[in-house]
Amino acid sequence: MSQKINLWRLLLKTFILFAIFNFAFTLLPFDSGSSISIYNNLIFGRERLPFGESPTQSYNLSLFDLDAMFASHIVTDTPKSENEYRVIVIGDSSVWGTLLRPEETLSGQLNRLNLSVRDKKISVYNLGYPTISLTKDLLVLEKAMQYEPDLLIWMLTLESFPADKQLTTPLVAHNIERVQKLDTAYDLHLDLNSDALLQPSFWDTTLIGRRRSLADWARLQLYGVMWGITGVDQLYPENYESAKTDFEKDELFHGWSPPELFLDQLAFDMVKAGFRITGEVPLILVNEPILISDGKNSDIRYNYFYPRWAYDQYRSIFSEMSLENDWAYHDYWDIVPAGEFTNSAIHLSSAGEAILAKAISEMILIEATR
Amino acid sequence: MTITQIAILAFVAIPLGWLTRKWQRVNLLLIISILIIFWLQPALPLRYLDFFLPTLSIGLTVLTWALTASPEVRHQKESKTSAVITLCVIFFLATTRYLNFDNFLTPTRPPPIGQVLFLLAIFVVGTFLLARQKSSSSNTLLWAGFTVLVILFIILKTPALALIASRGWRLFIGQNASLASSSDIYWLGYSYLAFRLIHTIRDRQSGRLPDVALGEYLTYVIFFPSFSVGPIDRVERFIKGLRQLESAYSDDILVGGQRLVVGLFKKFVIADSLAMIALNPLSATQAQSPLGAWVLLYAYAFQIFFDFSGYTDIAIGLAQFLGISLPENFKQPYRKSNLTLFWNSWHITLTQWFRAYFFNPFVRALRKSRKLSAGMMILVSQLVTMSLIGLWHGVMWSFVLWGLWHGIGLFVQNRWSGWAKTRLAGASLSTRTRRILSLLGIALTFNYVALGWVWFVLPNPSQGWQFILLLFGGA
Repeated sequence: MSQKINLWRLLLKTFILFAIFNFAFTLLPFDSGSSISIYNNLIFGRERLPFGESPTQSYNLSLFDLDAMFASHIVTDTPKSENEYRVIVIGDSSVWGTLLRPEETLSGQLNRLNLSVRDKKISVYNLGYPTISLTKDLLVLEKAMQYEPDLLIWMLTLESFPADKQLTTPLVAHNIERVQKLDTAYDLHLDLNSDALLQPSFWDTTLIGRRRSLADWARLQLYGVMWGITGVDQLYPENYESAKTDFEKDELFHGWSPPELFLDQLAFDMVKAGFRITGEVPLILVNEPILISDGKNSDIRYNYFYPRWAYDQYRSIFSEMSLENDWAYHDYWDIVPAGEFTNSAIHLSSAGEAILAKAISEMILIEATR
Repeated sequence: MTITQIAILAFVAIPLGWLTRKWQRVNLLLIISILIIFWLQPALPLRYLDFFLPTLSIGLTVLTWALTASPEVRHQKESKTSAVITLCVIFFLATTRYLNFDNFLTPTRPPPIGQVLFLLAIFVVGTFLLARQKSSSSNTLLWAGFTVLVILFIILKTPALALIASRGWRLFIGQNASLASSSDIYWLGYSYLAFRLIHTIRDRQSGRLPDVALGEYLTYVIFFPSFSVGPIDRVERFIKGLRQLESAYSDDILVGGQRLVVGLFKKFVIADSLAMIALNPLSATQAQSPLGAWVLLYAYAFQIFFDFSGYTDIAIGLAQFLGISLPENFKQPYRKSNLTLFWNSWHITLTQWFRAYFFNPFVRALRKSRKLSAGMMILVSQLVTMSLIGLWHGVMWSFVLWGLWHGIGLFVQNRWSGWAKTRLAGASLSTRTRRILSLLGIALTFNYVALGWVWFVLPNPSQGWQFILLLFGGA
């Protein structure tokens, strides 16, 4: 070697430089940079928020960075024109469209109807996200307001209401700062000390601590290339296990026995917060279709999620509360026949989504012409 | 190799490099290499085979040494010591079956000690019979060794034969033969091991093989940094580094460390990222446009380069920690302006191996036969050599096509160069023109190589053809 290098000095310098760089990272805001995206720049944005459990095959992945997730969505890069009536649909995996191609989802089918009102084209955006929790929906709803919707449709089901479902979904658990803000702003009384919420330590803010989120961001960009090339954003298996229609004689719902649901354990305050978030922008609540089974013990349970007593009460409570609060509420719980459900009691086939889309399109047209 | 395995190897290699400078260099490297090839061997669904395959690697190496070594070397005391050390290490590994080691050194629980001793006895007797010859091994024996190695290679690389072998092993060991699969037998490092052994057999036949003691020979063949990913060093070059340290320990750590970091970055950052968008049998059917198809193809072209050259850098870096300089395997191949230069800088040690042990003898044989014209001779030798290089990756039509693709390319380039040389001999080209021609050559060569990867990565030739049509807007 031309110049003698002291190995130990070199190692020490390397260590010190890395330590400085690692800790300097803590000075950056936690979500800085994650809205930088190749989506909507080099490639088209995704038609639904990124979510995927088999990234190498679905070219999609689940991450917890809402900014990066939204930056990958087509809504981010679609400036609202004067001739657009913008509708945003939020909710769970039934809105996101498990097992469905983007054009087969509720939003996709609504767009295929080419709806328009007063010379304005109605564009529908899918901001559904799998996992069932109203708190998760609120996080998405608050972010969705940035994209100037004319109408918001919130698809709901009883499973998203129990208090124990609110903080456990990973998107919520990894976004404690946002959840805290929501809690403070809308007085949600969430248990912010819950073990379900991941409290970031000082180390989590360093470069090493953030390696997972940085890697997720990078993977999201790379899978974006595959999304752009293939149009694939989910696995579409030819065979899947159909939703259960035979059940045990089990009347429990989240540990509750008949005859009454505990109203204080259902997160209707999240729904109220939703209306406060949307403010002047109309928000329509829709009780989404469920599978009504006719198999063993279906006189006790509608499906895997719901015993009949609990679900019937929920519908009645929801209806009463909507009247009390003057909420726009539509109950489409039974409009889709059992044969049009796929692998879950809330996942619809393409034909099932078409039935729902027809009903919702009428609802949108009424709202839009007001 | 995983990043954890590489980190462990680095932590082993750094102190080992220091220790082997002071004491028992060959024996220590031998012991650690044996332990590591057992440790690196992946677990297999075939009972005990993941223990027997590394044992076979060592057994075959010892037998080949006995076959190729000169009578004087065979009886050296140090070779006997190495043989005893080797037996002791394998025996120790086998005894871990009875210790509560939780498969720390072997992928699964080793076989019963009796079975291991039986296999070792076969190798000991074989080695003894070969070693007691008073003269060098006959050419017939050397060819027999060569044939055994090639047959094993063909079995492992041919899916149908590998399936039969898997069934046979299952029946032999009492497992359900109907569950056999062609991917059951993954013999870590055999492709490289076989080529190192064949190199020494052929060099013995031509009288070029230097005298190498058993310990040195074993260390050369199963040297852990290059055991599973190459490069395929030449024995005389390797033992020179083994016997004589050329640089200071701190320099080796610096140079090796730098190379290791570069290799890790190439493999685990660049190649693994590109793998997400690289062409594969699934994405080939999903691409919707020619532009997308080209992106997939280019991503694959760079992924395979960074993956392979990254691993080579890692191997070179780890070896440097031990004071051994391994040969380079890649020298900016995608920046070469013609296909011959590309093959002089892509997987260099494999290409050199084929040049030395197949291409050159084959061309000499064709010349002697005087049945072909010069042009036909070049065409035939290029096609056959490149097809064999293709088959080295696996006995499948797709690899043959990939080889033929390059064989044709090399032939065309050879003819073109000859033609252009005579036409342009008198022409004085400006520097700018030369640069433009060079850039055009680089672009043409890269794209030709990239298109060749279609045959390499897609196992079904008809799928490959469909993809090529898509690339050019014809599908």
